[in-house]
Amino acid sequence: MISAVPPGLILIAGAGLIPFVGPTTRKALALILPVLALLAMWATGPDGGAIWSAPFLGYDVLPVFYSSIGILFATVFAIMAFGGALFALRSAKPTEMAAAFLYAGSAIGVALAGDFITVFVFWEIMAIGSTLVVWSGGTDAARRAGLRYALIHFFGGVVLMIGLIGHVDQTGSVAFGAVALDTWAQWLMLGGFLINAGAWPMSSWIPDAYPEASPAGTVFLSAFTTKTAVFVLWVAFPGTEALIYVGLFMVFYGIIYALLENDMRRILAYSIVNQVGFMVTGIGIGTEMALNGAAAHAFAHIIYKGLLLMSAGSVLYMTGRRKCTDLGGLFQSMPITATCGIIGALAISAFPLTSGFVSKSMISQSAADQHLMWVWLLLTAASAGVFLHAGIKFPWFVFFQKDSGLRPPDPPWTMRAAMILFAALCLAIGIFPRPLYALLPFPVEFVPYTGSHVVAQLQLLLFSGLAFFLLLPLMKRTLTISLDVDWLYRRAAPAAIAWFSRDLRDLIDGVLGGTREQIGSIVDSLARYHGPAGLLARTLPTGRAVFWVLVILAAFLVFNFS
Amino acid sequence: MEKHWLVRPKTIRLLWIAMYAVLAVTVLLQIVFHVHGEFGVDEAFGFNAWYGLGACALMVVGAKILGTAIKRKDNYYD
Repeated sequence: MISAVPPGLILIAGAGLIPFVGPTTRKALALILPVLALLAMWATGPDGGAIWSAPFLGYDVLPVFYSSIGILFATVFAIMAFGGALFALRSAKPTEMAAAFLYAGSAIGVALAGDFITVFVFWEIMAIGSTLVVWSGGTDAARRAGLRYALIHFFGGVVLMIGLIGHVDQTGSVAFGAVALDTWAQWLMLGGFLINAGAWPMSSWIPDAYPEASPAGTVFLSAFTTKTAVFVLWVAFPGTEALIYVGLFMVFYGIIYALLENDMRRILAYSIVNQVGFMVTGIGIGTEMALNGAAAHAFAHIIYKGLLLMSAGSVLYMTGRRKCTDLGGLFQSMPITATCGIIGALAISAFPLTSGFVSKSMISQSAADQHLMWVWLLLTAASAGVFLHAGIKFPWFVFFQKDSGLRPPDPPWTMRAAMILFAALCLAIGIFPRPLYALLPFPVEFVPYTGSHVVAQLQLLLFSGLAFFLLLPLMKRTLTISLDVDWLYRRAAPAAIAWFSRDLRDLIDGVLGGTREQIGSIVDSLARYHGPAGLLARTLPTGRAVFWVLVILAAFLVFNFS
Repeated sequence: MEKHWLVRPKTIRLLWIAMYAVLAVTVLLQIVFHVHGEFGVDEAFGFNAWYGLGACALMVVGAKILGTAIKRKDNYYD
């Protein structure tokens, strides 16, 4: 019975209900809907194929299609919606909760899409839902960052749509599957996907927008947009070599910027770029193990990044501060938040017994298996860098370092419960990786826990830890931000426009600062040319229009005469 | 008020000693568990230890240098 209900639409319909029901029903809905979505998809299970198809514009669209990879992403999206809702239960406004569910539901919609038309429709709903989540931050900064966020995503949507239309025109198919990268249309599709993945140079929207949302809003944001992009890249462009380089650049860009950053949630936002870089590199390598690794890493990442942002969100919720320079010493009064944050930090660093260890190592191993030495060396260096920027830097500057004197207690129980649940998942996946491996699209022959691998990883991570503490004087936090690509559209472009429109500004200054007579003369001259009887307001006589049509027709004939 | 036991200088000194001991053990463990490599260099003794340390030092110094060019006061965009 429930298997016939599209899982994504359960959350989207719920989003429509949430603002109009009482607080108790709302809380119940927020927790029940993701569970219903999970039940609906698992009633059919992976490889169940299309459960819904319909003709649209002459194409067969498959709005709900169960593939093993789609189920994997949809499952973790539903788990995230549940954990995020539990974390948000106390603090989120009804509209924010509704926006989050619209966002989560459309992400599930993308994961279970069987054709590009469905992908695109949910892709755009996702952009709307996520923008509303950013705006729910409620501050002036959130309003402005949300607008920039929306502009980027609708621009990405346009690029994607042009690519999709070209692709459908060239191939005659809307089927959502692997696409050969051989015409401009497919390059545009790749570009549209990469904008949402946060690939450089379109990556600064992540640290720009995500940290401006509410503590709970950022948790939702971290999970869906970039990971649906990983999902569509996985399906459409596996083994595309360019993605190896794009991914590696993202990996190091994320580390370097996170090392410079002072705002704890911006550190974690840059580390999203870094982690998505690992997945994109895996997709670029494109072997079965690499693709398994990318999928598993996306699954693990959503949970540990959600956990890290819950931990940071709890700190923000209890202290109202988010800059490392204002924080420190919180482990004394927020032990649960600190412990969960540390577990998330170990998971992101791929420490043995955590989820990152059993997922990321598949990507590195696949590079080694393909004898891609430089890729492997860079991924290994980056793994060390992850421990540096997220594994130690985040917990160290927030919970330890100098004592800020702040002594807030742990957050309310719903927020603690969400953190404990996700921390438990990070450990459970790390200690018992088999259920996750069983979900992966290809058979897994990889064994993460060998003495050799554990020793190598411990050496790498613990010596990165040594580097951190030895170099601590170089990492002293300052009250600064770092310029990123968004500087181009936040500063350079407006400055250029202002410079080119100096005349306009002079006019405005003249109008604003002019005498009554000066303003009167401007109004008179405007009226003379643009008024009802003005020269420029007259309609052209019909005869003149016919003349110009003839000229155009003649020109057309001349140029086409051959 | 007395400082939390974890941040007293005595504890911190002990933690440093413990850390160096653990680091030494992880390198020595390689004698028992041979690290399998693909490329030769990754089988060098303590490869992951010195490579990780060196890579981190490079990244921190690299970030520091880049920071001198791109860091701005945090109210820059306000």
